Amino acid sequence: MAEDLTEERVINVTWHGRGGQGAVTAAMILAEAAYLDGYQGVTAAPFFGVERRGAPITATTRFSKKPIRTLSPATQADVVVVLDERLLQAVDVLGGLRADGLLILNASSPPEIFCTDMDIAVATSDANSIAREIGLVVAGAVLINTSLLGAFSKASSLIQMKSLEKAIGENFSGQAAKINIQGARLTYEATRINRSWQLS
Amino acid sequence: MGAKLCRVQVIAAYPITPQSKIPETLVKYVDSGELEAEFIRVESEHSALTVCISASTVGARVFTATAANGLAYMHEQLHWAAGARLPIVMALANRGLGAPWTIFNDMQDSISQRDTGWMQVYCRDNQEIMDSMIMAYKICEQLHVPMMVCFDGFVLSHTVMPVEIPDQKQVDAFLPPYVPHLQVDGPEPININPVMLAGPRANAQGVFCPSYMGFRMRLQEALESAGDVILEVGREFGEVFGRSYECLLWQYRTEGADTILLTMGSLANEASLAADALREKGCKAGVVSLRIFRPFPAEPLRQALSGAKHVVIFDKNISYGNEGATCTETKAALFEGGLQPTITNFIVGLGGKNIVATDLEAATEEALKRRVQINGPQWIGVAV
Amino acid sequence: MASKKDQFISACATLTKGEAGNTGEWRAKRPIIDLSKCTPYKKQKDTCYLCWLYCPDGTVKRGIPIEIDLQYCKGCGVCAQVCPTKAIRMEVEEEFVLAECVIEEDTE
Repeated sequence: MAEDLTEERVINVTWHGRGGQGAVTAAMILAEAAYLDGYQGVTAAPFFGVERRGAPITATTRFSKKPIRTLSPATQADVVVVLDERLLQAVDVLGGLRADGLLILNASSPPEIFCTDMDIAVATSDANSIAREIGLVVAGAVLINTSLLGAFSKASSLIQMKSLEKAIGENFSGQAAKINIQGARLTYEATRINRSWQLS
Repeated sequence: MGAKLCRVQVIAAYPITPQSKIPETLVKYVDSGELEAEFIRVESEHSALTVCISASTVGARVFTATAANGLAYMHEQLHWAAGARLPIVMALANRGLGAPWTIFNDMQDSISQRDTGWMQVYCRDNQEIMDSMIMAYKICEQLHVPMMVCFDGFVLSHTVMPVEIPDQKQVDAFLPPYVPHLQVDGPEPININPVMLAGPRANAQGVFCPSYMGFRMRLQEALESAGDVILEVGREFGEVFGRSYECLLWQYRTEGADTILLTMGSLANEASLAADALREKGCKAGVVSLRIFRPFPAEPLRQALSGAKHVVIFDKNISYGNEGATCTETKAALFEGGLQPTITNFIVGLGGKNIVATDLEAATEEALKRRVQINGPQWIGVAV
Repeated sequence: MASKKDQFISACATLTKGEAGNTGEWRAKRPIIDLSKCTPYKKQKDTCYLCWLYCPDGTVKRGIPIEIDLQYCKGCGVCAQVCPTKAIRMEVEEEFVLAECVIEEDTE
């Protein structure tokens, strides 16, 4: 838990993915991890729109030292996580990010090439390659949602890896838990950020 | 008969007492060729209204009739008909809902459907049922909103009384053919009432179409403007047929009255007898009876009650855990007008319990004796 | 009176591409047409066109050969299902995207 936070500060995280990528699951696991990390107020919710494989979907995670009293979708996120970099063109991903926010991308390119005209911090991680390597593949599709939780921990420093690993472990069983935790760890290591970022 | 005069094209109903007589009669008209219409047999009330919705969508003038649990079974499709903005007219023989079973009269059935977006008119006698049917199509087709023509089951539905039958030619002139608001058989097929999101949607031409809430607001606006349409059609009806319905509520001896008996439906007749008796005794009593319940005629009601010190409200329905529906709505209307008469609410006539003028008279006297606001509804006619 | 002139009395959508937004964005699988099996192409005649009839987003253009507008095709696969000669198969979109990226890099 980020100790220097004020009691009232609510951290807003928005997830952008495509139907079937597991953005909603990731948002929920992050909320669980935040709770295990010591945040008393946590919420996670999907935004229901087109419920179809491949269609852009959004989910949010919120956490705070004190219980949270708002349930409406956040309009200004501190952190935006994008599971498919092609969504940058399709959806107004950055419109919902604070000017001094953090953007986490599942992309093979280095963070320096993204959003060069903005003040935001950018982190990238090639979760696709990592997931494929360790066999995080179901029915031909690579699963990168839990891996990106590792990128979140590394880039934001808001939640410790051990809380994340525990939360992932509680959502999967046996071999699936092991491999998802491994994906998160490897992605944590592989995450690169254009500058160090701190919540303001 | 009213439906026949309106030249309805599609009728779908499931037989349920006491409305059965209406479809039975209509079937005879259809069979004999007197009425050129399709009578569609269905396996339930839900299907009956679904048939009406489909037929109305493609431009047919449709009619259905039901009562009590049959209406409750239609509930989901009632919302659909109003949301799709279809001018369906329904004859409703008001009847109590089970359990326990009753086949007799009260208004619990239609009051329970208050928030479905349908207009509701309540008739005092059989002439009004006939006339309201004819006016209903004219009103509904202007507003693209459906209407229930409600009348007390058995009390009116199975009571024979003389009714003046309007002339078919005059009805034809009064009621032009129905023109639907959507053209579904055009060269371009359309998807009707698709899934809406919370925000406006840009269509293929880039035109922003309303959101779910945008359509819901339009339905409310249509009902807000319905009062004026009902008055205008009522006036026009009077010009053609000699019986004016240019009012949203009925008044009887309200001139100078300080005590008002407030009713709805056929109870207005008994209430007028009670008012006469009370006047005889020196009590300045009058009657206000709601003809239209949706849209709620708040402004005319405020005017009608502006001189009243005591309002005694008789409800043939109850919102369990609160009070009678017309009582609640009347209180709300009075609050907005800053009026504060004492209000006494009596729950009467549930499940066909007989209620006569002397009951209403005694109840009014009882309310006046207390001279203070009585909280909570009082029940009349329950011995055990 | 009332909302008579309002063009939005009740909700409706036309059955045409673009009514549900840029649906091609959603595609996880891409329809690939084998013209040697496609009836209109084989017969050189305006016939069959079941794919056109069933496409929920109106992305199939009748003609010889038929064309599918990939900007709006959401990859649902209904066309492949209804094709009586199995002339349409659905292939994983990602592979095309990767291939297109390679082409783009080559040209740069």
